[in-house]
Amino acid sequence: MIDPIAVFILLLGAATPILFAALGELVTERAGVLNLGVEGMMIGGALAGFAAAHATGSPALGFAAAAIAGVVLSMIFAALTQFLLSNQVATGLALTLFGLGLTAMFGKPYEGVKAPTMMAGPLGLNPMIWLGLLMVPAVWWGLNRSRPGLILRAVGENHDAAHALGYPVRAVRIAAIAFGGAMAGMGGAYISIATVLQWTEGMTAGAGWIALAIVVFAQWNPWGVLAGAWLFGGVTVLQLRLQAAGVAVPVQLLTMAPYLATIIVLVLISARQKYGRSGGGSAPGSLGKPFHALR
Amino acid sequence: MTDVFRAESLGKTYPGVRANEDVSFSVAPGEIHALLGENGAGKSTLVKMIYGLVKPDDGHMTLMGSVHAPADPRAARAAGVAMVFQHFSLFDALTVAENIALGMENPPKSRELSQRIAELSQSYGLPLNPARRVASLSAGERQRVEILRCLLQSPRLLIMDEPTSVLTPQEAEILFATLRQLAAGGTAILYISHKLDEIRSHCDRATILRHGRVVNTVDPRAHTARELAAMMVGAEMRVIDRSGRKPGAEVLRVAGLATASDGMALKDVALTLRAGEILGIGGVAGNGQEELLSALSGEIATRPGTITLDGVDLSRTPPEARRKAGLLAAPEDRLGHAAVPEFSLAENTLLTAGSRQGLIRGGLIDHSAAQAFAQAVIAAFDVRTPGPQTAAGALSGGNLQKFVIGREVLGKPRVLVVNQPTWGVDAGAAAQVRQALLDLAAKGAGIIVISQDLDELLELSDRFCALNDGRLSAPRPTEGLSIDEIGLMLGGAHGMEVAHVPA
Repeated sequence: MIDPIAVFILLLGAATPILFAALGELVTERAGVLNLGVEGMMIGGALAGFAAAHATGSPALGFAAAAIAGVVLSMIFAALTQFLLSNQVATGLALTLFGLGLTAMFGKPYEGVKAPTMMAGPLGLNPMIWLGLLMVPAVWWGLNRSRPGLILRAVGENHDAAHALGYPVRAVRIAAIAFGGAMAGMGGAYISIATVLQWTEGMTAGAGWIALAIVVFAQWNPWGVLAGAWLFGGVTVLQLRLQAAGVAVPVQLLTMAPYLATIIVLVLISARQKYGRSGGGSAPGSLGKPFHALR
Repeated sequence: MTDVFRAESLGKTYPGVRANEDVSFSVAPGEIHALLGENGAGKSTLVKMIYGLVKPDDGHMTLMGSVHAPADPRAARAAGVAMVFQHFSLFDALTVAENIALGMENPPKSRELSQRIAELSQSYGLPLNPARRVASLSAGERQRVEILRCLLQSPRLLIMDEPTSVLTPQEAEILFATLRQLAAGGTAILYISHKLDEIRSHCDRATILRHGRVVNTVDPRAHTARELAAMMVGAEMRVIDRSGRKPGAEVLRVAGLATASDGMALKDVALTLRAGEILGIGGVAGNGQEELLSALSGEIATRPGTITLDGVDLSRTPPEARRKAGLLAAPEDRLGHAAVPEFSLAENTLLTAGSRQGLIRGGLIDHSAAQAFAQAVIAAFDVRTPGPQTAAGALSGGNLQKFVIGREVLGKPRVLVVNQPTWGVDAGAAAQVRQALLDLAAKGAGIIVISQDLDELLELSDRFCALNDGRLSAPRPTEGLSIDEIGLMLGGAHGMEVAHVPA
């Protein structure tokens, strides 16, 4: 009834938007910034990407536009939190609401329009799936093996010490926020351009929140993000298959399953953290704290 | 021999504070040069200017004969200045090698760096494993990381900001051996401290700062610790009249008090306080003052039997119950800790005086009573404010301080603990606050005054002890205690023997 290979291929597709968004947020958080606006940046990318792909007929340009839209939205967040020192949690929430509202308004003309078809990449998979998979080792290597990654982690770990050593805390953080925006935008565009192939208001359906949860679940490790995205994608695909197969479980319960699975894993990991040997966990030391250099 | 570093007429003003004024001194190659001064004397600002964290307003600096005006710490490092910080400079979650790489301009590949760390740490007798996480290191090992970070850059001038404050005596000895070795190689070392012993035994010259100005540059070996202390704190000595105050029965007993806090942990603190007595506790900030106040006020619970008031064990009693028992406290931080800035003065009285003054009845706030009590505090302590409805944050620092102290003093405490009662308060208001404390003691309350202002402590207290590295020294009667003896107690000379050794 269910072919494992077919399910795995579908899983890769379902995991990709979250993988992009979560990798971006991971980098942002490793720099010490908590941006809860992932959902808003994703939906912004979904619409901008869809509109650009529709206008040019090129999905590639669509993804580029989505990345730019994500960066633009993230820069609103950066300006408010890094220069005006606003509260990161409140600003992130506002960015999500802003993104959802803005796209609902500007998305009207695109409702019912069909997206241009994308060319398949190697092994018949969407090229963005490959890009997402490549980003996992790239982000890991960049954070753990490169000099800019070391500086980024230093800024996220202890911004006062990084400042005392002469590193530009604010500039590093803005760059990390921009990377997070670009990744979230592309993740959102994958939903509109490559999965659903049309624009619907609020179509990201909480994927941004799942991405945020996965970053914690992954303990700020890119490989953990991959595992989390696959878990969520896997349960999503499985429940769709079960629905199609007409299993006697209410549809609402099945639709709930991926979110439920994410929450359960999150709770299990937190519990292990609390009672296990690791204790403090691996959250960046300055996560969510505003930085203000006294001169 | 040409100087490695020279400062000429450096000046720096922060809003409201002249941190440095006309500071000139020089450091020769191979010299260990001490910067000596009390907290707030301007040492930190001075070295921040040298390291490029702060830009001087006046004067100029030269390094190796050329103008030294670093735009940021990286420029300073490139010019050959390295600095070992007292705080905020290591990244706990990163490894030793990563921490060291962050302090270098062009770090080699990680394997090569690890090898160099291993070699250098061997040659200076500072063993370190480059792959270990800093979070798992002891204070002494952490400092080794910082020192190695500096040594890998072969600095011309090495600045050390109170490096021994976190070290055990054995670790300090290793540090001095390393510094000697470095100095022998020609590196100039600028050594910041207020510990007279170590400066006298290890430094070649000492520049003494007081109130942001250079008082003198001397050979510390040619002076007694007493003379250095006098230069550091200023010899002005007040004649204090403490007549007529008779200590009564013991009210507060603290024994074996220890905390395991994030900041400076208290270690085996013991003291007794009699009714009508003022006990002064001096010491440089960050040596456990806040922890002591928190432990006494009840914000930190301690082991049973460590704090007893009138024979009743309060060690595990929360703050509100301690207030009911008569143990009141006024913390140093006026806004946020002692008072809520957004609340009115009347509402702020509820925070600590709510139950003692009967301002809360049956779980409801008696607003008119709170108003009346706030008005009483305002009247008794001459708080300049439109009225009890004014937000606490709208008051000037001095006025709010008078209000905070007044709130506790009018609470008729058995024991009052105050931290920095006149910090940032103008002279007139400070005199009022001190007078109020003296009056309270005359009425039979026991008072503990924690302060960095030695004049204040001498003026107020009957007995004096010093808090140093979380340890409280044995109290000495203030009568007959000279300011240089106090300087020695604060400088960490254990016991008073050093002062009696003829120079």
